[in-house]
Amino acid sequence: MPRTLFEKIWQLHEILRRPDGQSLLWIDRHYVHEGSHVAFAQLEARCAAVAYPNLCIAVADHYAPTRPGPVAPEIAEMAARLTHNSGVHGIRLSCWDAPDQGIVHVIGPERGLTLPGLIVVCGDSHTSTHGALGAIGFGIGASEVAHVLMTQTLWQKRPKLMRVTVEGTLGPGIGAKDLALCIITQLGADGGRGFAIEYAGPAVRALSMEGRLTLCNLTIECGARCGMVAPDEMTFAYLRGRPHAPQRFEAACESWAKLPSDSGAEFHREITLNAADIAPIVTWGTSPEDALPITGNVPDPARIENPVRAAHAREAAAYMGLHPGQKLVGITVDRVFIGSCTNSRIEDLRAAAAILAGRRAVIPGLVSPGSAQVKRQAEQEGLANIFTDAGLEWGNSGCSLCVGMNGDLVQPGQRCASTTNRNFRGRQGPGARTHLMSPAMAAAAALTGRLTDVREIKPGRI
Amino acid sequence: MEKFTRLTATACPLPLAGIDTDQLAPARFLKRKRSEGYGPVLLCDLRGAPGFPLDDPRYAGARILAARRNFGGGSSREAAVYALVDYGIRCVVAPSFGDIFASNAVGNGLLPAVVSEADAEAILHMLEAFTPSLTIDLEACRISAQGASWPFAIDPVWREKLLQGWDDIDLTLSRQGEIDAFALRYRTEHAFAWI
Repeated sequence: MPRTLFEKIWQLHEILRRPDGQSLLWIDRHYVHEGSHVAFAQLEARCAAVAYPNLCIAVADHYAPTRPGPVAPEIAEMAARLTHNSGVHGIRLSCWDAPDQGIVHVIGPERGLTLPGLIVVCGDSHTSTHGALGAIGFGIGASEVAHVLMTQTLWQKRPKLMRVTVEGTLGPGIGAKDLALCIITQLGADGGRGFAIEYAGPAVRALSMEGRLTLCNLTIECGARCGMVAPDEMTFAYLRGRPHAPQRFEAACESWAKLPSDSGAEFHREITLNAADIAPIVTWGTSPEDALPITGNVPDPARIENPVRAAHAREAAAYMGLHPGQKLVGITVDRVFIGSCTNSRIEDLRAAAAILAGRRAVIPGLVSPGSAQVKRQAEQEGLANIFTDAGLEWGNSGCSLCVGMNGDLVQPGQRCASTTNRNFRGRQGPGARTHLMSPAMAAAAALTGRLTDVREIKPGRI
Repeated sequence: MEKFTRLTATACPLPLAGIDTDQLAPARFLKRKRSEGYGPVLLCDLRGAPGFPLDDPRYAGARILAARRNFGGGSSREAAVYALVDYGIRCVVAPSFGDIFASNAVGNGLLPAVVSEADAEAILHMLEAFTPSLTIDLEACRISAQGASWPFAIDPVWREKLLQGWDDIDLTLSRQGEIDAFALRYRTEHAFAWI
């Protein structure tokens, strides 16, 4: 019987299935960050050990300082707790100053730790990112983190399967971020609930690995359990030579080549989009589903039939300081942030730098590369100089202004053009107003101080 | 884990869609140890605004919340559940829940009860206009107040877990022999999956 990519991986990892349908799954990779302190405290309370410390990888990213200088004691304490817990349990750790430090969802693929066919978990919802390599990756809560630490397994109910096929070719200046936001808008922020999504079709295959990582990263924003792209030659080429890639690499590729969904495999739901219809997208509200082409206008609640949706549109626009019908192009922006597990990889930085090269930003902004390695590469390629010459701040890698835990915050009432993943109320700081967009669109906003259609800006002088 | 069978308690209406986990427990409080308690953190950036229902004396001591769609979407932070549980909430009624939130909730004895959008509106109206109290019957999967009654859905495995007060880790450790046998075989057959 033809099987999907998801089913093949699931079946490989099923230790047992209870009569009620719950499966006990083997976990190949467990990434932990500073937020794991609650889970480690649960282990301590039970006097329990970590079952397979070699399959657990610790990295400090959520509280990592983006700027040099003194660190607040309560922030330093978070790194100290992770260092202590990793040490006690024999888990490898990359702390803030390590040469292989970075955002967990950037360094997993970058080091070749995440591989096709694996099940990857982390106490972070954006673990869906890792599906870009043809793995099942999903976020878990602290109690589940403790469960994986103690047993290397997790109880799960098999989700339903959805295939999102994107036909055609994305237009110039339009990337994975625009595609992902477009899909979220179509499905709704809870429309993927209960599903594992496989992305397919020529426009998906044409995405670089960085683009696939962005697409899978944002899968959680439509509420799906995980997002995946079948492994192919591009995946293998990306992994070849990475520090943790398998030693018998060609043999591994041979087995990975059997993973893609068989023809005739069935999905519970199928959606098809045409890439040519997709424009650069920005969010106007307080949920990633509140997104529109940059050529659009803030929705008018009076024209929304469903009263609950109309109420949300009214409240979201009020929080964002926008009025119904207002054009998105031209909305004044106070600052820019380029970074996060969504858009901080080398290709993202290149896309932003291509717009900014030889020009000056008219508003302040911070660029935070996704890992120490991305930082080194961007400096070698001259991208860092382009950002600093444009007047933007070039920081260290970490979650930074995406989640505001390390002290990087947008001030109340300020508006930020951001390459991150959530425009929730207060996400970038109490009262902060976030517009999500691609790195190229954020760079365009930096140049004009307004939401801008990047297609109308010629690339800068490199 | 505390068992959940039937609960009659004060229920607070929150007529908002998309109450995400960032709002339930803002990021700046995630440094707290579990033992410090998360109750005061709950929705703290929304509370204090004029007319916010959770501050309304009618709903003081609420053990149930009713809200609109996509409750608990976003971040996997279990602190969102700790904030609710430590405040005293044992059940949230909404048309849809964030996947990871719902799983975290059940693990902490908090019932995520899924109702239709129309029933959610009816329940919100009941709490605002008639009575600040609901009865939740997990055996029957029904919510009732003042003679009215609405069905709710929950995954059967989660229902059983809440009714029995199961702890996943104890359950898993009872299958240790099967896990060890699997790990041995898997390691041989999928050597590349090991570090």
